[in-house]
Amino acid sequence: MSATETPLLEARNLTRRFGGYAAVSDMNLKIARGTIHALIGPNGAGKTTMFNLITGVLPPSSGDVLIDGVDVTGSRPDRIARRGVVRTFQGVRLFPTMTALENVEVGRFCRTRGGFLAAFARIPGVATATESATRRRAEELLERVGLADRRHMLASELALADQRRLEIARALAAEPKLLLLDEPVAGMNPVEVHEAGELFKSLCREGVTILITEHHMSLVMAISDLITVMNYGRKIAEGAPDEVRKNPEVLTAYLGTEAAA
Amino acid sequence: MVLIQQIVNGVMLGSSYSLIAIGYTLVFGVLHLVHLAHGEVFMVGAFIGLQAVLLTGGGVAVALPAAAIYLLAIKPIRARKGHYLAPMISTIGAGVVLQEIATRSFGGEQVGFPVAMDSQIWHFGGITLTSVQLVILAVSLGLMLALHLFVTLTRVGMAMRATAESMTISHTLGIRSERIIILTFAIASALAGVAGVLVGMSFNSISPYMGVDMGIKGLAAMLLGGLGNVYGAMLGGLVIGIVEVISVAYLASSYRDAFAFFVIIAVLLFRPRGIFGSTAHVEA
Amino acid sequence: MLDPYTESVLIFTGINIVLALSLYLPVSAGLLSLGQGGFMAIGAYTAAYLTTEMQWPFLVALPCGGLMAGLVGLAVGLPSLRIKGVYLVIMTMGFGEIVRVFFLNFEPTGAASGLGGIATHTTLPGVAIAVLLTLLLCFQLRGSRIGRAIEAVREDELAAEVIGINLTYVKVAVFGLGAAIAGIGGGLYAHYATFIDPAQFGFQRSAEIFIMVVLGGMGSFWGAAIGAIVVTILPELLRLGNAQEWRMTVFGALLVVIMIVRPWGLLGVRR
Repeated sequence: MSATETPLLEARNLTRRFGGYAAVSDMNLKIARGTIHALIGPNGAGKTTMFNLITGVLPPSSGDVLIDGVDVTGSRPDRIARRGVVRTFQGVRLFPTMTALENVEVGRFCRTRGGFLAAFARIPGVATATESATRRRAEELLERVGLADRRHMLASELALADQRRLEIARALAAEPKLLLLDEPVAGMNPVEVHEAGELFKSLCREGVTILITEHHMSLVMAISDLITVMNYGRKIAEGAPDEVRKNPEVLTAYLGTEAAA
Repeated sequence: MVLIQQIVNGVMLGSSYSLIAIGYTLVFGVLHLVHLAHGEVFMVGAFIGLQAVLLTGGGVAVALPAAAIYLLAIKPIRARKGHYLAPMISTIGAGVVLQEIATRSFGGEQVGFPVAMDSQIWHFGGITLTSVQLVILAVSLGLMLALHLFVTLTRVGMAMRATAESMTISHTLGIRSERIIILTFAIASALAGVAGVLVGMSFNSISPYMGVDMGIKGLAAMLLGGLGNVYGAMLGGLVIGIVEVISVAYLASSYRDAFAFFVIIAVLLFRPRGIFGSTAHVEA
Repeated sequence: MLDPYTESVLIFTGINIVLALSLYLPVSAGLLSLGQGGFMAIGAYTAAYLTTEMQWPFLVALPCGGLMAGLVGLAVGLPSLRIKGVYLVIMTMGFGEIVRVFFLNFEPTGAASGLGGIATHTTLPGVAIAVLLTLLLCFQLRGSRIGRAIEAVREDELAAEVIGINLTYVKVAVFGLGAAIAGIGGGLYAHYATFIDPAQFGFQRSAEIFIMVVLGGMGSFWGAAIGAIVVTILPELLRLGNAQEWRMTVFGALLVVIMIVRPWGLLGVRR
């Protein structure tokens, strides 16, 4: 990344305290456009808190968050989504009684318009142009993640791997510039992990920047352009996969807890 | 001096609210449930007291039908994985049933409630009390003290506190949760029943609709004191009683009832955990 | 032409359908309200006051009643952002009671004595139109962008937020819209009953509307409408002597039974 190019996302001196305990402490993070950036660290290192801070789910105790150079610190999650930063959750959060297709369709919300008045002005039973476009886009996305044949299944009925894919499809529907993936391959078998990795790489090629946090080291090493390592709420290392894997501090942090690759 | 009299009157009124609020709190403590039929239990207690010979004792007897509410309307639901508000909604239904039965049995009007004692007036340095008020005060405060002692000193009382803290841990310690729950429910309801009789005595009349009003005030007292905190509930009831009496004396009397509702909204908006509550309970 | 009795039953059924749908709207966003009686009262009193004291035409007064209730609904909806679950239920109960006590003391509308002499502007065709319009409104919402957002909010607020749904907008809007419709229901009621007093809009009314939605509520607005029909008509069909008197008892018991047997009926797992 050139020194003059604005990072897509920047976290400056981000700190979050819960009572006397600092879950995240003075974190600095710069995510470059068009890259896959990984955030790793042992359990409890503060990765999910970072996600919560970046997406507005939690307000920081101090520090700033900037998207494309614009300060969005303390913004509500929906505003941040509209600015192009969308996330998935560690324990998948889908809309259980809605079908896969409907889940993705509702993801189009912040990219479409039309409130109550528009709803009442429809011709009853006939889909409007926006609604048809939404449906088409949703079907495309389901196709993309390989769920096209399960589009009418209820989200709660899908297998875990499919649910994760559905959550990604829903996030993509919101046309994110930056996609935050919180442990997206946890619980997947090696074949599924590989497919997921290919999906992330192709998404990145299509212009979606990705910030991923994972324990699955081989995946992280294989797809990341840049890795940031956290421990006890702080950054302890940052660099290309090869550098990070040899870093003694990183190895110390992970000693005994390294996930089998 | 007049202010002190108002405060004393307020404590008198508030002690009934406290008894109800304590009941709500006890049930919330062990079941994590806002028992919306509690106001109706209070009302039924008053009517039972009306029928029984030993008036105050009659109020306590409401514990039996109240246990039925638990067994029929609450327990079967807790086993299912339904909506987390399902038990509470069920208590709404139970409350409606109780109120309707009372209305069908006794009519929708006020019913006279006799005061089985000689009325005497007592003076304590500027404060005037009737013997009825003294009895109410004595019984309420006495019950609260008894509850406190029971919960702190007896083994069963401690089992109740343990169950309220954590049902799973209590289980592993060998405490029979189901029995404790039923006992808690019974105690809570008995307190409400006694409050019903006391209120009946102090106003000389009861009606099937007294439960709704009282129920909401008890709720307000519980919220004010802090969800799950018995002592907070006691305090909350007294505070609401005092403020109600003072507002009648110095403001318009007709808005008196609304005060409790405003308390509810104010507490929920500004300090959901109440005065003494912990934030652990706040996210429903 | 229908005999007066049948007409009366149909009119009350229609009004109850409108009221049940008014509660269905916030419920469909996951907001349980036990205060629809309060919004109904605001609509009823406003419309009745405008027609009797100010001689306004019914067709203007009725929407005004709805508007008034809707505005209050928006205000009540704001706290719903921070107050959730059981606390919201309690808060709406408190709100309902505040409205009742307010009208109990509000002299211009008769205070405790109530407001009488209201002209019977409510007719069966009028109620039918109101019912159809309300059903249409719900139907239109269902398949629309905003309708899906409302469902998403009910299912998982946090997930809805991170994909760009503004919770404030959705929650306040459904509360306001539901309140406005309840207000219209109240106005229709007032102009049929010809006499209204605060006691008619208390907790029992809110509980009754709530029971309608729970009974039929399979997570769809049709369910709420069916619930309203059952609650209004069933006691009439079973002319067991004093059926009317016992209907609330039965419905209260039904509420308990439903919670035991089908508690998810309220959450909207519709399949």
